[in-house]
Amino acid sequence: MRTSFGERMLDLVVTGFLWGIRIAILLAIVIGTIVTVSKGHYTSEQWIGFVVFGVAQGAIYALIALGYTMVYGILRMINFAHGDIFMTGAFGAYFVATWLNTIGFVDRNPFLGLLIPVLFAMILAAAIAMLVERIAYRPLRNAPRLVPLISAIGASFFLEYAFRGFFGPGKYAYPPIKALDGGWTIFNVEIQKVQVLVVAAAAIMMAILYFIVMYTKVGKAMRAVSESQDTAALMGIDVNRIIVSTFALGAAMAGAAGVLFSLVYRQIDFFMGFTPGIKAFTAAVLGGIGNIPGAMVGGLVLGVFESIGPSLFLEGLGIPRPYQLKDVIAYTMLVMILLFRPSGILGERLSKKKA
Amino acid sequence: MNKRLFTLLSLLVIASMALTACGTAATQAPAATDAPAATDAPAATDAPAAAYECTDALGCVKIAPDEPLHMAFWGVLSGADSSLGEDSKRGVEIAIDDKGGKLLGHDILLTTEDALCTPEGGATAASKLATDTSIVALVGSTCSDETVGGIAAITQAGLTTISPSNTRPALTDPNRGPDYAGYLRTAHSDAFQGKAVAEFAYNFLGVRKAATIHDGSAYAQALQQVFSDNFKELGGEIVAQEAVAKDATDMKPVLTTIAAKQPEFIYYPVFVAVGGYITAQVRDVPGLEDVKLAGSDGIFSPDFLKASGPNVEGVYLSSPDFSAFTGDYAGFLKKHEAKYGGSTLSTFHAHAYDAANIIFAALEKVAVVEADGTVYVPRQALRDAIYATKDFPGITGNLSCSPSGDCGAPVIAVYQVVNADPASWNPADPTNPNPKKVWP
Repeated sequence: MRTSFGERMLDLVVTGFLWGIRIAILLAIVIGTIVTVSKGHYTSEQWIGFVVFGVAQGAIYALIALGYTMVYGILRMINFAHGDIFMTGAFGAYFVATWLNTIGFVDRNPFLGLLIPVLFAMILAAAIAMLVERIAYRPLRNAPRLVPLISAIGASFFLEYAFRGFFGPGKYAYPPIKALDGGWTIFNVEIQKVQVLVVAAAAIMMAILYFIVMYTKVGKAMRAVSESQDTAALMGIDVNRIIVSTFALGAAMAGAAGVLFSLVYRQIDFFMGFTPGIKAFTAAVLGGIGNIPGAMVGGLVLGVFESIGPSLFLEGLGIPRPYQLKDVIAYTMLVMILLFRPSGILGERLSKKKA
Repeated sequence: MNKRLFTLLSLLVIASMALTACGTAATQAPAATDAPAATDAPAATDAPAAAYECTDALGCVKIAPDEPLHMAFWGVLSGADSSLGEDSKRGVEIAIDDKGGKLLGHDILLTTEDALCTPEGGATAASKLATDTSIVALVGSTCSDETVGGIAAITQAGLTTISPSNTRPALTDPNRGPDYAGYLRTAHSDAFQGKAVAEFAYNFLGVRKAATIHDGSAYAQALQQVFSDNFKELGGEIVAQEAVAKDATDMKPVLTTIAAKQPEFIYYPVFVAVGGYITAQVRDVPGLEDVKLAGSDGIFSPDFLKASGPNVEGVYLSSPDFSAFTGDYAGFLKKHEAKYGGSTLSTFHAHAYDAANIIFAALEKVAVVEADGTVYVPRQALRDAIYATKDFPGITGNLSCSPSGDCGAPVIAVYQVVNADPASWNPADPTNPNPKKVWP
């Protein structure tokens, strides 16, 4: 390929500039970290605490991110209503859990008391996602790419304000589960039971999902449809049914994430899906959108960075009130990954024509 | 053929009307600059032929006999903090009811505009209201941020607003600038509230090491700073001043950072969402199991109890002292109960009621009523009359407005949540109040 001298110089300047940004950010992180560590404000128990909070938050991001990534993998569209599906799950679980709590069922049988709201949330979220797909996305299946995206934003607003209309703009406190109070002390570090539960539940959920996608007929069909809808249809796969089950599966994960979120943060409202939704989308892109293990890795990385970042390097750089900048870390990571590795941490394991 | 002719004719008529309108506007404009008194008179008054001649520097609002007297309420009416705005709006509505819905022989019409508790929302709401030339005066906003964003539009439109719940000190600072000429408030300034909380923490609780968290809002940032300054002056130590984003949910990292500094007292004068997350999570952080917690009037609401869950028991909240209200607060609560059912939603309903009544009183003083029922309200005169309010018998006290816009009677008390059930919220209950007044 022939390029003129000017073009090559421009290329050099751009590459140099990008490298400059990389080095600057890396330097900032390293210097900040060294300063913070040398000051020794925090004990190692507290550092482990930061990581544990981050992993718990990251597991929730990962669960939501799965829905983004699966729908993207199969339809090449960003389902922006996904964060609100997460919210509907949390609301569903709230009402069931409150009811179980008032009749005293949770105290008698904590395991089922936890499981029933989760299952209910998953079913409700899946049902709502299927409806959204049927009403807002399917009629636009063959429209230009921007159209379903706008429709998704509309669906997102519809869900938010429908829930606001039903349940009001106020906040609800998720009922506390007595069996989850307190924590265990491992190597001098107190770890909350609820955080262990969240991470374990998320891991189980992701393992089930991975099994479904990799080793079942539906999963095989999903992968086929994501390769090529037309060919899959020719092979006798009911494409519509597979797309619906993809939505349902992703939504069920989001619904479960909604319950886990409520268990940790104990507060729900109609707008709660917005920020976690955007963060989970960031996590999906971070891990490589369309890639299921990527969503898990992206979620965990994002959660941990958000949690330790402010005290690890922002504080060391002398930035006052670093926790205000937590979101900046998340979105800086998004910009960095888009600039330097657009395919995400685990790369996009899809054929090139879909990108 | 006939039809086409008709269309042509009507087009011509419309065009000529439009041209005439432009023409008159163009000729009026230089006339306005000629008169030195009327610098930026809005064209609301176009009745020079009538008996009343408007000479007001900011122009007049003309209310024809069959038109309502138009007032507006702007504040947060959606989202997590909507109870704050809804509560104040109810205060204004009750004040209107007390007048029988009529003033100067006109029905009172109340328009509401949601200002979202943000500077952008305040700017949008205010510019929208500022374009409506039928509005006489406003009550609002609810969040200090809204005022910061919107007050310039309101003042420049010749309007005057009284806020029932803005507490940021700078809003009524003597050097607050000309944009604030149309701004007064019946709420206390946080210069008082922050000081009161500092005294409460140092003298009553006996704590010496305190930490603060704010959410970046104008209100919280200023209030925690006033608290910190006063607490240090008393001899205490501020070990951490942290901040979180307004939409943050995970407070454990920031609380762990604070725990490393070992405070005895955490003050977070924020709004409901952030306040709820902090309260729900703080006991899970090692080292903060027994730390004393306090918030302020931004979370003095049953919504805060709803958002916080059982951990909220024992949290201290500062607020205007309801028992220091000199007016008929019990009577107000009865009307509230009859109209809306249940107890009040937040703190500033009485302040809103007083704000509306100050406006009514000023209107009655300055409005010019013609024989046919037409009412003229001179805007500058109305503003001056509101500033001249003196010893006004309100519910919250005897109110006098200062030249910098402070009309409130700042008596602050600290309450303690004794029951986490939001349904039990009733700070004014004589026998079994929740939260319960503990200081002074």
